[in-house]
Amino acid sequence: MKRSLGQRIWRWSILLVVTSYLALPIVAMLDFSTKVGRSKRGLYAWKAIFSQPELVGGIVTSLELAAIVIALLLFLVVPTVVWVHLKLPRLRRPLELICLLPLAIPGIVLVVGVSKIYMWLSIHWTESPLTLSAVYAMLILPYTYRSLSAALFAVDVHTLAEAARTLGASTSRTLFQIVIPTIKAGVMSALVISIALVLGEYTISSLLNYKTFQVEINLIGQNDGTIAVAVSLASLIFVLLLLLLMPTAKRHGKALLDVDAE
Amino acid sequence: MSSVAVQLNDIAKSFGPVKALAGLTLEIKEGELVALLGPSGCGKTTALRALAGLQDLDRGQILVGGKDITFQAANHRGMGMVFQAYSLFPHMSAQENVEYGLKLKAHKVSAEDRRKKSSELLELVGLSTHAGHYPHQMSGGQQQRVALARALAIEPKVLLLDEPLSALDAKVRIQLRDEIRRIQLEVGTTTLFVTHDQEEALGIADRVGVMRDGVLQQIAVPQELYDRPTSAFVAEFVGLTNPIRGTVSGSTVSILGSQIATLPGSVTSGEGTALVRPESIRVEADPSGSAKVVTSSFLGSVCRSIVDLADGTRITAQSASSQASVLRAGTSVRVTLDTPAVFVKSL
Ligand SMILES: Nc1ncnc2c1ncn2[C@@H]1O[C@H](COP(=O)(O)OP(=O)(O)OP(=O)(O)O)[C@@H](O)[C@H]1O
Ligand SMILES: [Mg+2]
Repeated sequence: MKRSLGQRIWRWSILLVVTSYLALPIVAMLDFSTKVGRSKRGLYAWKAIFSQPELVGGIVTSLELAAIVIALLLFLVVPTVVWVHLKLPRLRRPLELICLLPLAIPGIVLVVGVSKIYMWLSIHWTESPLTLSAVYAMLILPYTYRSLSAALFAVDVHTLAEAARTLGASTSRTLFQIVIPTIKAGVMSALVISIALVLGEYTISSLLNYKTFQVEINLIGQNDGTIAVAVSLASLIFVLLLLLLMPTAKRHGKALLDVDAE
Repeated sequence: MSSVAVQLNDIAKSFGPVKALAGLTLEIKEGELVALLGPSGCGKTTALRALAGLQDLDRGQILVGGKDITFQAANHRGMGMVFQAYSLFPHMSAQENVEYGLKLKAHKVSAEDRRKKSSELLELVGLSTHAGHYPHQMSGGQQQRVALARALAIEPKVLLLDEPLSALDAKVRIQLRDEIRRIQLEVGTTTLFVTHDQEEALGIADRVGVMRDGVLQQIAVPQELYDRPTSAFVAEFVGLTNPIRGTVSGSTVSILGSQIATLPGSVTSGEGTALVRPESIRVEADPSGSAKVVTSSFLGSVCRSIVDLADGTRITAQSASSQASVLRAGTSVRVTLDTPAVFVKSL
């Protein structure tokens, strides 16, 4: 069916407005980060990114944190949410509530709460910024819980799990070969959200005095705004690439999305 | 004489105040297809799940092949189950679904045998051309066929079917029902088939068990269940009946001027309500008859008439379709009974 001209204009103008709203800041960042002095252009800020050892250190720290958080997500959060959904439906509400708490508690309050523990940790055990992963694993809960539970409710995982059981699958096989692949789309979006959150987190790490990516950007920004903006843009592009890579990573999960295929 | 393959001994399960199973006892012979029939909520699914190991019990015992498996885990029982809801693994093709059980430790076979077996089974259910299709690319009927092939792949001790056809439309349902029977006879697997559709149960089962409130009311071959019900519930649940008042003395009842034997379990004296099948009622046009035809409908192979008796009782009778033109509305008719025995319940 052909749409009327008016309809098409309407659609395109909405798209245009939204796109420019999202793209304008990015274009401005690109413009600013490639300025040298008042009127000249150059890539010095972009080249400078990797000549800042602290910055590289911050990037590495944040990436390591992201990796740990992903591991915690896959081997702790996902199995827990799935298990509660399948076996302990009465705990669904309490779990949801707990998972939403980090959203309700302001970051600054959270820091006040955990700072004692971190002080103790840094004196008695380690000063490694990787301990932040514990707090981050908590911070991601509201978002990951949502996407996981939406995926679990979208299919009848209960019956799928029982089918696998009767065919002879052990509990762990049922979980890792049947249930998790079935909710792959949900797991994937939880993963991307988590990575974005860890790479973008500033408040807690800075208040606890750990040198993460965002903290370093901020420090650089105090000396040279151009480099700071270049780095921010680079990190944005990095997360964007991650998002674009997703579809290939869930080739088989497709079944969940193309409802109208054939 | 074939041996007993499955034995459920007095199994019971309550969910809070609801008694889903209240002491169910059932035997299934080797290679037999037993259908469990009953109204919604009578505990059919619970019984099936208990046999599969997906539901724990409050009491009772389950024996398969003479072995007590009451406390065995579901994944060690080797039961093939087809669910009411579509249950194919969405991230696997039809073939991968069928092969899944054969990759697991309990039923492991070589990759080559697996391929061979899955091809054979997909052929058996008529889907060899769909091996590479994913569940979302198949119709409901096709998905249930693959689910059947998947359940049969592990060469189950018992095949459990929980209303596998209820989500399908009428035509596919009948077709697939007959196909399930054909496959079951071909493979020879002992099968328990749960349904609330009596036509389905009577149509394919060797024996049909009627359940009510968590217990078995009667189990018999379809013909016997229909002709010789042992309770009013079974008589009324299976097929159509007309309640007609009559007087019982000993083992006969006098209704519509005939003396008819009563079935065991009927009331033995005084007034009672006989439950008479429409095809046991003979309606003949007779100007001096005291009954009147209300309507008559031609149903192709038979003619169904609604008739008002002299005392005002309204009954449904079934006769040969050739009668349709004779038994028009308003015709005076004579009503007689033609049946060896009826069940009579108390008023
Ligand atoms: N997990 C459960 N928790 C609580 N009650 C349950 C549960 N499973 C079944 N019941 C109850 O037990 C009774 C029997 O249920 P069951 O599913 O066995 O019925 P059914 O005969 O299969 O019915 P249907 O034809 O509707 O499928 C019902 O009253 C049902 O509400
Ligand atoms: Mg049921």
